[in-house]
Amino acid sequence: MAEITLVEAVRLALARAMEEDESVLVLGEDVGVDGGVFRATDGLIRRFGPDRVRDTPLAEAVIAGVSVGLAVQGFRPVAEIQFMGFIYPTMDQMVNHAARFRNRTRGRLTCPMVLRAPYGGGIHAPEHHSESNEAMFAHMPGLRVVIPSSPARAYGLMLAAVRDPDPVVFLEPKRIYRAIKEEVADDGSEQPLDTCFVLREGTDVTLVTWGAMSVETLAAAEALAETEISAEVIDVATLKPLDMATILASVEKTGRCVIVHEAALTGGFGGEIAARLAEHGLMSLLAPVQRVTGHDIVMPLPRLEDQYMPGTDRVVAAARRAVEFA
Amino acid sequence: MARTTVASFAIDRVAMLGSDGQMRGAAPAFAADPAELITLYRAMVLTRSFDAKAVAMQRTGRLGTYASVLGQEAVGIGAVAAMRPEDILVPSFREHGAQLWRGVTLEELFLYWGGDERGSNFAGPRDDFPVAIPVASHTPHAVGAALAVKLRGEDRAVVCIMGDGATSKGDFYESLNLAGVWSVPAVFLVNNNQWAISVPRSAQSAAETLAQKAVAVGIDGVQVDGNDVIAVRQVMAEALARARAEGRPTLVEAVTYRLGDHTTADDARRYRDDAEVSPHWEKEPVARLRTYLRGLGAWSRADEEKLLEDCRAQVDAAADAFLATPPQPPETIFDHIYAELPADLAAQRAAAMEGSDDG
Repeated sequence: MAEITLVEAVRLALARAMEEDESVLVLGEDVGVDGGVFRATDGLIRRFGPDRVRDTPLAEAVIAGVSVGLAVQGFRPVAEIQFMGFIYPTMDQMVNHAARFRNRTRGRLTCPMVLRAPYGGGIHAPEHHSESNEAMFAHMPGLRVVIPSSPARAYGLMLAAVRDPDPVVFLEPKRIYRAIKEEVADDGSEQPLDTCFVLREGTDVTLVTWGAMSVETLAAAEALAETEISAEVIDVATLKPLDMATILASVEKTGRCVIVHEAALTGGFGGEIAARLAEHGLMSLLAPVQRVTGHDIVMPLPRLEDQYMPGTDRVVAAARRAVEFA
Repeated sequence: MARTTVASFAIDRVAMLGSDGQMRGAAPAFAADPAELITLYRAMVLTRSFDAKAVAMQRTGRLGTYASVLGQEAVGIGAVAAMRPEDILVPSFREHGAQLWRGVTLEELFLYWGGDERGSNFAGPRDDFPVAIPVASHTPHAVGAALAVKLRGEDRAVVCIMGDGATSKGDFYESLNLAGVWSVPAVFLVNNNQWAISVPRSAQSAAETLAQKAVAVGIDGVQVDGNDVIAVRQVMAEALARARAEGRPTLVEAVTYRLGDHTTADDARRYRDDAEVSPHWEKEPVARLRTYLRGLGAWSRADEEKLLEDCRAQVDAAADAFLATPPQPPETIFDHIYAELPADLAAQRAAAMEGSDDG
């Protein structure tokens, strides 16, 4: 079993999915000969040919829209949007069409497609390359929003996303595309969608996160352990539909919760989790829910980018505030 | 300096049956058989009959907002008459006639416009797309569906119908462009009815024709008299033949006129007067084909009366059936969001149903 990176795991899962199901196609800008700007589709065109690995013109709306047409007609397209800042033209297709075909035809036509995109900051990329807009998609009924936090998770969740009968927005934390290596068995096993994963068990405080922030959050848990604070870390993995039961069960145990995400504070998905805790977990809470998030500011250009990114220190401080609150 | 012409183009306009009901030049082969033309005529009259009923029902609170196709019947009917049953229609919201021809029932149309999703669960053309409301947003679907049939090696083509307003949108351009690059068997048909709600064609684009928008993406473009169902059918048949045989997409601009309001929620008197509209009644497609059929001696006054009566009866029966159809049970609003109801949504459904029980 080989140790691979997250981006390699994405590629491995795509290859596996294409191998096992001829209706799976990959399309997007530069996904063919170039293998994708992050190499997530590297080599697929040689293996599966240009009919199934399709370079598109530079046109995000039609990349999503043509995928909708393919999916409704029985294919399972996996479309790549190169960066999160370029994903907005796809919103019309994802929200007005991909998310709605099943419902508006009462199940006659369905849209089993995956829209995948690298997201988030931390790699000092140009303007419009570093956004975290997962909450936008999570707000939309009919979509699944899936974010892996490790190579194994990326492999298993990508397979599940491609096999899922409904549209999935699969956001890949590009900051950790190559930061973590992990043994991943290419055995075609998927990991469950709509499920939160407990990355680390603990008893004093629950740290809830997803994507690349799982690195800082796990590091915070480690730092907290040195001061005798036992933190449980939950990787949400599928934001929509949300597995709130796992989070509630953890907070029932710990009584304290810190939600960590890179996206901006207002309207961020952490707000939804906090609201659910208030609705269903109030009696378990021993302290106000803390949020450690990006600020409500435009993503700074690389020289000040680090000022935006929530770091381990902020997570540790928030956890301490929660634990020390009466 | 060397300046040479590196590209040039011309756009043809095809017209056959004049507004006086006289054929200009040779008619296409299918039009030699009056029975074929009568089939087209019946379909247009049924469409108009449905249209009048739908508007009347909306006015009396028995139907939702409805988009009339009055005066543009030849566009949809001509297009689908050139299609095969196994082809795929990707319609906009003014293609009632086209949908009826394809096997969507009058009752399903009433259901849809009456606010019931079951109206898009057609029993007939199972692969046809439901109407697209966001303008031009369905054009990429046609490219996707056409690529799907091409990759499967099927002998099918896709027809996508949209309005003139759609041609101003980016997704329209992106779709035509991709259809050209990928050589998919798709035909894009613009129902140029001259008005996008209140915005006239002249304010929609500085282009001389909408058909020439094909030139920019390297596909075929042609304009046709959209009030001439014979010409529309012929032009569409030729475009579909190219699509099937060579994977060559075509943009067809059918020039017609929106005799009614944009929808029942619109009042066209706010932006255009009778003097603008009335001349177009002289060119409308139904009367013109009737005149031609009469001239051929293929259509009598009695035929006309019987047809109108038949259409009324069919439409009335469908309307009654729609009105007698109970709404879907409340909990079904949750049923088709995902293939399987996720736990999170199941909880919301349970809570909602508990609430509705209280009411």
